[in-house]
Amino acid sequence: MIVEQISVFVENKEGRLLEIAELLASNNIDISALSLADTDEYGVLRMIVSDPYKAKDALLAQGIIGKVTDVLAVSISDEPGGFAASLKRITENGISIKYMYACVSHQKGKALMILSVSDLEKAEEIVSSNKDDVAPTEIYRLEGKK
Amino acid sequence: MPVRDKIETMPRQELKKLQSERLVWQVKRMYERVECFKTRMDEKGLKPEDIKGVEDLHKLPFAYKKDLRDYYPYGLFAEPLTNIKRVHASSGTTGKRIVVGYTENDLEMWANCVARMLEGIGITKDDIFQVAFGYGFFTGGFGLHAGAEKIGATVIPISSGNTALQIQTMIDFKATAICCTPSYAMYLAEEIEKAGVKDQLSLRVGVFGAEPWSESMRKEVENKLGIKAYDIYGLSEILGPGVACECEYQCGMHVWEDNFIVEIIDPETLEVLPEGSTGELVFTTITKEGFPVIRYRTRDICSLEYAPCKCGRTHLRMNKPSGRSDDMLIIRGVNVFPSQIEEVLINIGEGKITPNYLIKVDRVNNNDTFDLEVEMSEDLFADDLKTIALTEKEISEKLRSALGLGVKVHLVNPKSIARSEGKAKRVLDLRKI
Repeated sequence: MIVEQISVFVENKEGRLLEIAELLASNNIDISALSLADTDEYGVLRMIVSDPYKAKDALLAQGIIGKVTDVLAVSISDEPGGFAASLKRITENGISIKYMYACVSHQKGKALMILSVSDLEKAEEIVSSNKDDVAPTEIYRLEGKK
Repeated sequence: MPVRDKIETMPRQELKKLQSERLVWQVKRMYERVECFKTRMDEKGLKPEDIKGVEDLHKLPFAYKKDLRDYYPYGLFAEPLTNIKRVHASSGTTGKRIVVGYTENDLEMWANCVARMLEGIGITKDDIFQVAFGYGFFTGGFGLHAGAEKIGATVIPISSGNTALQIQTMIDFKATAICCTPSYAMYLAEEIEKAGVKDQLSLRVGVFGAEPWSESMRKEVENKLGIKAYDIYGLSEILGPGVACECEYQCGMHVWEDNFIVEIIDPETLEVLPEGSTGELVFTTITKEGFPVIRYRTRDICSLEYAPCKCGRTHLRMNKPSGRSDDMLIIRGVNVFPSQIEEVLINIGEGKITPNYLIKVDRVNNNDTFDLEVEMSEDLFADDLKTIALTEKEISEKLRSALGLGVKVHLVNPKSIARSEGKAKRVLDLRKI
């Protein structure tokens, strides 16, 4: 399944990450997955949240830049070789992976991965034709709850 | 120390007479040859005949650095290109370089100005002179080179950079004199100290300029290198190095008044200020043929000393400029205008970058550091580091090519650069010179 991810520019200054976390908390935004990519100069915080657009606006109001982009959510078997098998199906089709990170899963025996890939549509096709696909409720579970 | 040319000690009364004759000549030929000057004279209702001597100088229109950009590249030359022997260029207020040209006579006059200065500080044909100013568009290298050759010194045209080679050359070639920027002299001094080779040097004198430096820096360079260090002043719009320089007494820089007339004006009211006042330095070149200027506003703030000098020269002395009346910065000897940076930023990715930036200049271990904070924007931001890194690289490279100077770019949050009265503060100069 294709899901929306929010990436946030994190200045290399003390307390910036905390500021972002607190802003999301005060706006009642739930975080399902996150990863922080960093350089010497700045970081990029990528997250799957309950409402990425609300998060983007809330952050922008405080002068923090965010961007919503599509990424792929893949469900894999939580067992040895599960990750490799999923990756194989994607890369065998000539799709390269730009970055990835893990997501909390509420389904027993399953793990969730968030992937940024070179050809999203094609990757989505491969995933949806297989048991790797993720049910929307699995990711946006919290949204449904409200 | 010897005085090279007897004109250097000419009584001021005679000097003034000579300046008047030359000014009248210059105004007349520029009126006939330089469109920009003629237009400004006409606007003021002035004719060349109205200028009878230096007492009429204040009536003449000013010239500005911006003119060099507006008439780029040759529009302000007063001689056809066939008579121009060489051009030099330096950074303008925006992307475009400013170009100046020299005739055969100009190059001769320039070499003589530098030669007077070198002889005045005791450099002779027996000296081995290491020219560590850059050669190229910059006037430093070629200017000092010609003057040193004129007095018959042995010239080492090593140009700037490559510190290890500079030091090795200094030792092997037994250099007795050197010229470069003062901050580079400090750096050289430190490297020499580190390498423990001071006792292998033959250096006895140094000529430093092209950027601001202090008395304490002078003392340090003198102690560390075991030399006498002299200050020089110049700018390519007027000539290059050799416009003014110290004599052996190090009490201000003699301006060669047979070639240049100087005034101090109030940069706000534009009125000429009385003798001894501090204000903006204005130059008129009265002998230059290729690229002459009348009342060129240097934007350098300083004062003039008219009293006779102990060295016997009658030509007035300018004190070390204490600042600028515009926002120009001198970083590692290179002129940098915030507007140049703004132009580069605006032209990247069609408005991808908001021109909100902060220039941070500092001096660490006697070397200028140059950092630029640029505000991140939604268009600039991407979810992958590679795209951001590419944009960052594009900014750095475009700035390097526009300024001729390396700058470290830092991306910061939007609106994080302090704005005062809606206008961002562009420059943070932390250097204590």
